[in-house]
Amino acid sequence: MNSKIVYEKSKGLSDFHLSYCPGCTHGIIHKLVAETLVDLDLLDRTVGISSVGCSALNYDFFSCDMQQAAHGRAPAVATGIKRVRPDNIVFTYQGDGDLASIGIAEAIHAAHRGENITIVFVNNAIYGMTGGQMAPTTLLGQKTTTSQDGRQEATSGLPLRVSEMMAQIPGATYIERVSVHDPKHVNKAKKALKKAFDIQNKKLGFSMIEFISTCPVNWGMNPKDSVDWAVDNMIPYYPLGVYKDKTVGEK
Amino acid sequence: MSKVLMKGNEAMALAAIKAGCDAFYGYPITPQNELPEYLSKHMRIHGRAFVQSESEVAAINMVYGAAGAGARVLTSSSSPGIALKQEGITYIAGAELPAVIINVMRGGPGLGGIQPSQADYNQITRGGGNGDYSLYALAPESLQETVDLIKESFEIADYFRNPVMIAVDGLIGQMMEPVDVDKEVKKWDLKPKTWAADGNRKDHPKNIINSLYLDPQDLENHNIKLQKKYTEMKENHQRYELINMENAEIAIVAYGSVARIARTAIEILAEKGINAGIIRPITIFPFPEKAFKELPSSVENLLVAEMSMGQMLQDVKLANECRLPIHFYGRVGGIVPEAEEIAQKVIDIIGGQSHE
Repeated sequence: MNSKIVYEKSKGLSDFHLSYCPGCTHGIIHKLVAETLVDLDLLDRTVGISSVGCSALNYDFFSCDMQQAAHGRAPAVATGIKRVRPDNIVFTYQGDGDLASIGIAEAIHAAHRGENITIVFVNNAIYGMTGGQMAPTTLLGQKTTTSQDGRQEATSGLPLRVSEMMAQIPGATYIERVSVHDPKHVNKAKKALKKAFDIQNKKLGFSMIEFISTCPVNWGMNPKDSVDWAVDNMIPYYPLGVYKDKTVGEK
Repeated sequence: MSKVLMKGNEAMALAAIKAGCDAFYGYPITPQNELPEYLSKHMRIHGRAFVQSESEVAAINMVYGAAGAGARVLTSSSSPGIALKQEGITYIAGAELPAVIINVMRGGPGLGGIQPSQADYNQITRGGGNGDYSLYALAPESLQETVDLIKESFEIADYFRNPVMIAVDGLIGQMMEPVDVDKEVKKWDLKPKTWAADGNRKDHPKNIINSLYLDPQDLENHNIKLQKKYTEMKENHQRYELINMENAEIAIVAYGSVARIARTAIEILAEKGINAGIIRPITIFPFPEKAFKELPSSVENLLVAEMSMGQMLQDVKLANECRLPIHFYGRVGGIVPEAEEIAQKVIDIIGGQSHE
């Protein structure tokens, strides 16, 4: 009997079982990053930086060299590596607690210096790993373990739009926000990653792709409802699109 | 080779370049600013990396990254900045990476002052960050010794795969002395960095730089492995100098600038017919306990002199094992003790006017 391979796991991923909860979109985003590195033939000269949060263990999941960073410091770690290994590809993989809260200074200043690195920023509007606490990106009224009556503007401010903010930084080259809630958007997200890593490969500077993601367990929803919630609530507040592209002139 | 007159901070910077330092990441703080200022120009000339980071926290995490990629890397700061770097330092120790950290100490606590101090002794010798780890910590007394030890410190860091701290005070950073920056230093037997996550997968299987061990047994095993390094440092790599100890009736225990001042103090005492010696720790971790086990029987008292309220005093008490009476003389806040003050303290001790 003849068999034909129609789909196989990217060789950018290892054989480790992913540690993510059912329905979480980290898995899709990992697949896209891995496939992009393989498609662009960058895998053998890439160093990835794991951060602190749900993706802390992804140094085991990607098959390139990996370094695990302290909470929020991944862009600084990436800077340290890239400056001594400028011909390598360096990316960070960070959640919204890691990047938008404790690591906002490192993210802003890596962009500000125009570091030739790529940030994969996963925004699920909550701290997942630590058990569902409020993040800077948590939506108004959203209930978390540290905003049990729903996030209030008076005490916690309005949710932080990171891509819009990063696009204002003169040193940043490419900023795009994408989603992976359906196949059409998954394909679009992969194109964004390809653009970002291509920019880095051509030494054109700093790129960040923000992914709207889900957290079914901490949102208290099943996977289908959480995808719908992201589409109905997150995307209206965090519109998708290219926020900055210096390679074609600034928006 | 010929000696050149250099400021301490600049001599330290040049020593790092001579040692093959690939990258410097740091943040401005007094009294060490001439060090990054010098490197901002000269690292570029030598084709090495230099970044003025957004904070000390970012700087030390850049150090962690570059060290993980197999580079020789340096950061420098002063006491409050070193406190901020503790997050990254514990990661560097935990992930077993080599790095050199220069601490040009100033007075504390808090913002403290900008004048010379040795009040970071506990922060340096007790790890400083979270978890069970130690730094190999060198405390030179002159610019020549500082330059020599910085050059060797990159070798020591690579050998142990552990951060090395150069602990000097603001006096050494700011003073000028003639130094020979090309003096040969000890070369250590180093293995290639096959463990580095340098993104060259064609040369090696996947490498991971990490300090996370979620399984308690794995983490205990990792700690036991780390501890073996610190035990080796304690057993085989204590460094100290004994000065004028033959027939000395009192030993002054002092390191760094204070040891330098104590050298003048024992000359003053000699003129008064008092035979005083100096135990000068060169490593403050590992603390040179061995120096205290081979003291001549003539020694009747110990005097610990330091620019802190008695932080090294604790280690001297442990090393002394209750054999000799221990006296203490400390100045703080950025006040450097005069040789006459230390000499007078010795006279008081011998005259029975000082209490332990």
